Amino acid sequence: MSENRTARVLDEARGLRAMVWVMAIMLFLTVLAAALGLGTASAGRLLDRQLAGRLTVQLVGGDARASDAAAGAVLARLRRMPQVTRAVAVPRADLVRLLRPWLGEAAEDGELPVPAMIDVDLRDADDASVARVAGQVRAASPLARVDRHQSWMSPVSGLMRTLTWLAAALVALLALATAIVVVLTARAGLEAHRGTIEVMHMLGSTDVQVARLFQRRIVRDAAMGGLVGTAAAMGMTALVGGQVSRLGSELLGGILLAPLDWALLAALPFLFMGVATLAARWTVTRALRHNL
Amino acid sequence: MATIVQFENVGLRYGSGTETLSDISFSLQSGAFYFLTGASGAGKTSLLRLMYLAQRPSRGIIRLFGEDAVVLPRDRLPGFRRRIGVVFQDFRLVPHLSAWDNIALPLHVAGMPVAEINEAVREMLAWVGLADRAEARPATLSGGEQQRVAIARAVIARPELLVADEPTGNVDPEMADRLIHLFGSLGKLGTTVVVATHDLHLLTRLPQAQMMRLDRGRLHDPTGLLRFPTAAA
Repeated sequence: MSENRTARVLDEARGLRAMVWVMAIMLFLTVLAAALGLGTASAGRLLDRQLAGRLTVQLVGGDARASDAAAGAVLARLRRMPQVTRAVAVPRADLVRLLRPWLGEAAEDGELPVPAMIDVDLRDADDASVARVAGQVRAASPLARVDRHQSWMSPVSGLMRTLTWLAAALVALLALATAIVVVLTARAGLEAHRGTIEVMHMLGSTDVQVARLFQRRIVRDAAMGGLVGTAAAMGMTALVGGQVSRLGSELLGGILLAPLDWALLAALPFLFMGVATLAARWTVTRALRHNL
Repeated sequence: MATIVQFENVGLRYGSGTETLSDISFSLQSGAFYFLTGASGAGKTSLLRLMYLAQRPSRGIIRLFGEDAVVLPRDRLPGFRRRIGVVFQDFRLVPHLSAWDNIALPLHVAGMPVAEINEAVREMLAWVGLADRAEARPATLSGGEQQRVAIARAVIARPELLVADEPTGNVDPEMADRLIHLFGSLGKLGTTVVVATHDLHLLTRLPQAQMMRLDRGRLHDPTGLLRFPTAAA
């Protein structure tokens, strides 16, 4: 009789068979939640990278000529600053094009007090650099107002971070739920095999040997279900990723998973198998401690 | 001969009822054969359960293989149990395993290599006359066949102490004789055998066997051969 034939002592445990389906569902949900978390984290990082160290200088004057003149002075000052890697005035034509959806033909009215704008990229994105540049800009022209792109997009970044943490919490909760399911399954198995366990003990089995029988069975079922659930969820993630990439959105494009993210998703069933192993061993050895 | 089992003033009480066993004192020698008789309900199974460490006594001292079994830590019980073979009255075969696998269980538990296990199981199946039923599951075996599988499982690891509760209850007289002589031959290998039975016919089959008789939870020694600690002292 091989070791596997000994493991068949628990073959008829109907409660244990349900583990396959429970684990498939658990891993399907977990992998989807983890994919969402990894995607939003990646998009958040991309957004932070793109917005960090970018400023817009607005020159709000009474008329276009005054603000354009101030813009020239500010631009000249900005280009002399070592912290600034790029400073470009936004062409009037571009501003008119941006305003046209709201103002219609009136956007082209030369009398319209449209501020002049300058896009600025900084070498360093820290607060001190931004404050120094803003100070010099305001010194160059009292009409200047400096806006950090990061500040505009902070609610979006905040949402991304919230979604990432929410996904992490979901993964943790699902791992906990899996452990609870394993504990309940192991308890049901212990009850169903009370007589057999007593015989095993009388033959000299240690608690660890008995626990290993349950553990092996539960982990095998968890592995089968986990791999099915993970494969289904990864397939669905790839499908959704394909649809997102076809949208061509810069922000949504950041949600796409990197190879490392896929590797992390593929590792999840093994993590859950580890959780199942520990939960099964803990439950069985703890329960057996009450027997002689 | 070394003392394998020693009971001193052992009492057993389940819950808060009266004592099932009272003031049990005896000692069993290595390689000897003992019959334990008594009417149904006399406490034979309870006494055997104390011997194979399925139960701790309510009072008294039990020494097994020279050690105090009453205070034995739980993690040392498996090591002691591997030295004891048990034939349960209700066989307690694992229902999902074949006769072969049931017989092999004690050797797997002990961690014996598979090749040696296969050899020992083959020999044991032939010994109990079930070579052609190796792959049969307990549910497809007759009562007598199940009993023989249970006996083979109990003796396959060559235990130092064999405890059998009514081991011939489901076999025909010819097989019963064979099994009892089989048990008797284990004594030559140094195994101490304790057989609980209410079949008085069996007692005549092994003249060298000693007898203990339980009557309402108290032990009597009709043959006068048992070594009661008090007498030995």
